[in-house]
Amino acid sequence: MSADAWVVWIVITPLLGALASFVIGGRVGPQIALVTAGGIVVSFVGLTRQLALHGPVRYAMGGWRAPLGIELYADGLSAVMLLMATIVGLGITLYSRGYFSGQHRDSAPIKTESAHAQEAFWPLWLFAWGALNALFLTGDIFNLYVTLELLTLCGVALIGLSRRRTASIAAFQYLLAALVGSLFYLLGVALIYSEYATLDCMSLSRIVEPTAASAWAMALMTLGLILKSALFPLHFWLPPAHGNAPAPVSSLLSALVVKASFYFTLRLWFTVFSNVSTPAAGSLLAVLGAAAVLYGSLQALRQRRLKMLVAYSTVAQVGYLFLGFALIGQPAIAAQAASGVVYYALSHASAKAAMFFAAGAVMRFAGHDHLDQLHGIGQHVPISIFAFGLAGMSLMGLPPSGGFVGKWLLLRAAIDAGQWWVVAVILTGGLLAAAYIFPLLNRSFAKAAEPFEKHPVPRVMEWMSLVLALVAVTLGLIATQPLELLEIGTPFSLPAGQEFAP
Amino acid sequence: MTAAALYALSGIALFGIGFHAVVVHAHRLRKVLAVNIMSSGVFLVLVALASRTPDAAPDPVPHAMVLTGVVVAVSATAVALSLVRRIYGEPGSDNRSENTRDTPP
Repeated sequence: MSADAWVVWIVITPLLGALASFVIGGRVGPQIALVTAGGIVVSFVGLTRQLALHGPVRYAMGGWRAPLGIELYADGLSAVMLLMATIVGLGITLYSRGYFSGQHRDSAPIKTESAHAQEAFWPLWLFAWGALNALFLTGDIFNLYVTLELLTLCGVALIGLSRRRTASIAAFQYLLAALVGSLFYLLGVALIYSEYATLDCMSLSRIVEPTAASAWAMALMTLGLILKSALFPLHFWLPPAHGNAPAPVSSLLSALVVKASFYFTLRLWFTVFSNVSTPAAGSLLAVLGAAAVLYGSLQALRQRRLKMLVAYSTVAQVGYLFLGFALIGQPAIAAQAASGVVYYALSHASAKAAMFFAAGAVMRFAGHDHLDQLHGIGQHVPISIFAFGLAGMSLMGLPPSGGFVGKWLLLRAAIDAGQWWVVAVILTGGLLAAAYIFPLLNRSFAKAAEPFEKHPVPRVMEWMSLVLALVAVTLGLIATQPLELLEIGTPFSLPAGQEFAP
Repeated sequence: MTAAALYALSGIALFGIGFHAVVVHAHRLRKVLAVNIMSSGVFLVLVALASRTPDAAPDPVPHAMVLTGVVVAVSATAVALSLVRRIYGEPGSDNRSENTRDTPP
């Protein structure tokens, strides 16, 4: 292994950390996770530097080249996704130290999370992190299936940590939906392999022809992936799963896991199926996205529990990511729209993690998250509520925030393409986001109607929420660097001599 | 129709039957079985496509994919079954007390 094999280290480090925390276990889990997180940050910085200096990286695992071997591939798109996972992953690692700390002190007995949960959390979380990193670096459509399944199994086990019956039911539903999604994807992979006899994305992008078999494969794989991304109307499993998981797990699922399958949908449409995908198919995804924005926001307005509100907000925000598919007809505009949605994914990840962190702090303090009984909560967990507001700003798309930059790029692409309905959906979605975020802020500064249970909240839980909310806002101020990073290897340009099918 | 095509079509039929069952049945154990039938269908398609040219040796790559897929299916089934057991709080499971204590809010 050469010294600059950062793509490998960024995958192996969390896997080693997971194994170590599983074997050693017990109370050193948080320490192992912290060391692992440090290793991932170093590998990420190394990889980014390598990308900036030498362009896209291909790494043949074990010296076996594609098509026989499984290659890792990193370009600007992978790097931005890894950046997202690294920021949120660091946040989750630090937040969870506080979240699971209550068990060892007499002062704050936590009812729902047992000591078992806190020991099992660390290896599962590190395995999930490793699966995510591997997913963002895979250049092989079958390897993607494997990483998706690793991620699903970790996610399901993490939701199940809270052992309540509702959480188990949600975890089961999530597992089934994810498995069915993977099987649709795998059937598509089988079709592709039978036609073209390779699984490597880059090779496929050169040889895939717009035949009926390719179209079927694209439909099956896309269907499987959007089921995993919870795109309306396939979102039914998301709110219970994200709303009933422990707070750090909700953040992981909402901020990162739904983005994983979205990322690969984007990747597939721009590489493997660039010859097969049509503007009509893109518009279909975008219409579903638009429906998700409207339906998810309206449902969020109706929720009575804070975590369910944030979960439905994810349904809405996933819709934005798919809106960009309406604009794939013209190559120049397609690239801009894709950059916009990727930037939106990045800022939504930070903002959504901050919101679930804040919700977790509220829940820890008050012992519940019923919106009707949270009057005056702002006096007790002020930092969390402030963070919730800041993160909400990014979701609404107010400047200066990462959400604004993402929406702005998408908006400009939509105007250039003359797709006015996309413009209307983007703007309406922003207003609806304001409508579901302000009620909590209003209540938190109102006079308390009834006294809270007042459990102490570890400080790190409040601060991590603020840090991630600030990241979401800062992304609006330093948009140039991440966007330049995204350009490395031009992930959204079509292979030479190719255009999207008319 | 060649034998391979027949197997592939049977695989797709199994996939369809499993998908129908996972949507229609309410019982969780049936859903787990249905997902297993779906994955058997996909595996059958993969194995069938590996030997499309009758005289040549079968392509080993789809076989490797099936092996990986079987491992994934077994692990996922184990997780699903343990969740089902936890949801119904079977006698003999260590979660029964948890279930009665932590009733949903």
